[in-house]
Amino acid sequence: MDIHEYQAKEILAKFGVAVPQGALAYSPEQAAYRARELGGNRWIVKAQVHAGGRGKAGGVKLCQSEHEIHDATNAMFGRKLVTHQTGAEGKGIYRVYVESAVDFDREIYLGFVLDRTSQRIMIVASSEGGMEIEEISATRPESIVRSTVEPAVGLQEFQAREISYALGVPTALTQQMVRTLQGCYRAFRDLDATMVEINPLVITSDNRILALDAKMTFDGNALFRHPHVAELRDKSQEDPREARAADRGLAYIGLAGNIGCIVNGAGLAMATMDTIKLAGGEPANFLDIGGGATPERVAKAFRLVMSDENVQAILVNIFAGINRCDWVAEGVVQALKANPVDVPVIVRLSGTNVEEGQKILARSGLPIIRASTLMEAAERAVTAWKNDSKQNTRMRAV
Amino acid sequence: MSIFLDRSSRVVVQGITGRMAQFHAKEMLEYGTNVVAGVVPGKGGETVFGVPVFDTVKQAVAATGADTSLVFVPPPFAADSIMEAADAGIRYCVSITDGIPAQDMILVKRYMMRYPRDRRMVLTGPNCAGTISPGKALLGIMPGHIYLPGHVGIVSRSGTLGYEAAQQLKDHGIGVSTSVGIGGDPINGSSFRDILERFEADPDTHVVCMIGEIGGPQEAEAAAYIQENMTKPVIAYIAGLTAPKGRTMGHAGAIISAFGESASEKVEILSAAGVTVAENPSVIGDTVARVMKKQAA
Repeated sequence: MDIHEYQAKEILAKFGVAVPQGALAYSPEQAAYRARELGGNRWIVKAQVHAGGRGKAGGVKLCQSEHEIHDATNAMFGRKLVTHQTGAEGKGIYRVYVESAVDFDREIYLGFVLDRTSQRIMIVASSEGGMEIEEISATRPESIVRSTVEPAVGLQEFQAREISYALGVPTALTQQMVRTLQGCYRAFRDLDATMVEINPLVITSDNRILALDAKMTFDGNALFRHPHVAELRDKSQEDPREARAADRGLAYIGLAGNIGCIVNGAGLAMATMDTIKLAGGEPANFLDIGGGATPERVAKAFRLVMSDENVQAILVNIFAGINRCDWVAEGVVQALKANPVDVPVIVRLSGTNVEEGQKILARSGLPIIRASTLMEAAERAVTAWKNDSKQNTRMRAV
Repeated sequence: MSIFLDRSSRVVVQGITGRMAQFHAKEMLEYGTNVVAGVVPGKGGETVFGVPVFDTVKQAVAATGADTSLVFVPPPFAADSIMEAADAGIRYCVSITDGIPAQDMILVKRYMMRYPRDRRMVLTGPNCAGTISPGKALLGIMPGHIYLPGHVGIVSRSGTLGYEAAQQLKDHGIGVSTSVGIGGDPINGSSFRDILERFEADPDTHVVCMIGEIGGPQEAEAAAYIQENMTKPVIAYIAGLTAPKGRTMGHAGAIISAFGESASEKVEILSAAGVTVAENPSVIGDTVARVMKKQAA
């Protein structure tokens, strides 16, 4: 789960990481008022969206008067910010963070991640802050410092000192750097984060170490023990269909294609999408309805997939093991009778009692297209979609 | 022979009184698995399908000689249960639980390291379908009858995609020595490499079928191991060619976040290591059959 920059800064500050003075605003008037409260004569206004690359996309502005703040934020509120991380649809700006501008001499990159190779928390840092880590590893790989944390004892001070020296932080600031590193580590560990990123972490002209930006991502599986973190979820930053699916216990990801997918199991769902692509189509979504494939879940899945108006055919691919194919087939028939759909439906069942399942689909009187292998199902889905979209264009034109 | 699990395995089911655990314990017993005990704190003294329930894994081991465990415990308590099994002297543990916090798994892995190698428990999962040695024993939630006994070792991150492979092999009349689910989580008990090492050493396994997906370094690590150490042919399928970067595809671990983690990169790395890669999931069985025919010739 992602949170906003201002929320990450609030959390990190509690763990001893120094951040600039700032305040949140929900309107241009409030933003200007916040600037007056903060004092000074230069401020940075930052659009709060769950994505990186805001600066280049116009989501971060330096302002020198309340008037400028009003104008800059007026242009932000209610707009969609499109960055290289948001996709073409962008993310809505509903909150803006106003911060006192800071003069700095150096920028450092600092990241904490779950490293899957060492199976530990890893610190990744670079003296080349300001750029994204992908860019740093491509252009200045030798500047990257890595250190893994022994989980039984946590981040040790000597490790933090080593990182500080390796980054060339002035010796007078080593203790501040150690405090920053340990603060980030403790926030990561105590709150079950999966990522903490400060880019840039700066050394100010008056010799302070400050987090100018902050990003935190949390382990969705651990939110049960962090209700205060769970409350920071901002649904305005999520795809509404994905958010609705998640609330119903279904794993759904919307994509740009026309063939909707209903599958049990994440691996099989990905394999189904791949096969559609191989057959010449484009999947409209990823959807894992869970191992059991109960009739209720199948029905929910049809409603969810059909809520995407780009969907012009639906491929159902269920491996029925302990829940036999005949039972799953009954579920599909029930779901389709209760929620008729106006696009072709291709069903491929495999596993236990396949023949029984096929018979139930055939006897249902519903125009279900059946297939025995996944490849065959994908090919039939692509053909049905192509034929149907021609008819649809005609019908919609009338 | 088979790896991890056979007729002599003495199985304890942790969390056996739960609804799903009871259902699958019954399936396991019907398959012929030697389920000797259950463990649920506070329910010691009860029985489930005639299987005695104990308060602790140590008690279960002392009373029944259990050496293998299936952890069927809800996510908040699963890490604790796995560590309890490791401390009680269990040799092989499968955790089915989906949704264990990643940092809990970091601690579990670290905890297991405190035992010397010869006494260290092997863990597979979590978030997997389990392990089966067809015709001998079933430790998990998979439908037992889709697996014929035979000589193909299956190792898979995904549950249902692993079933798909087993069913296709069955349709070809090809059997399985052992099928191991390593699970869809970012931090897991055993990697592809760990399981491949076992299959390479197992005289009953002649061919290995490996089913991977996007995210994480374990397919690439397996490729390096295969190239250096494996004499047995390996067939692979990698799911997620169409998965967008940076999105979690159902499994917590199925997310492309670094170079080498996309499906096309994994296919390339595995092919370069001499692995036969099935182009689409419908031809996993055909590809294994073709490789076996070549091997026999």
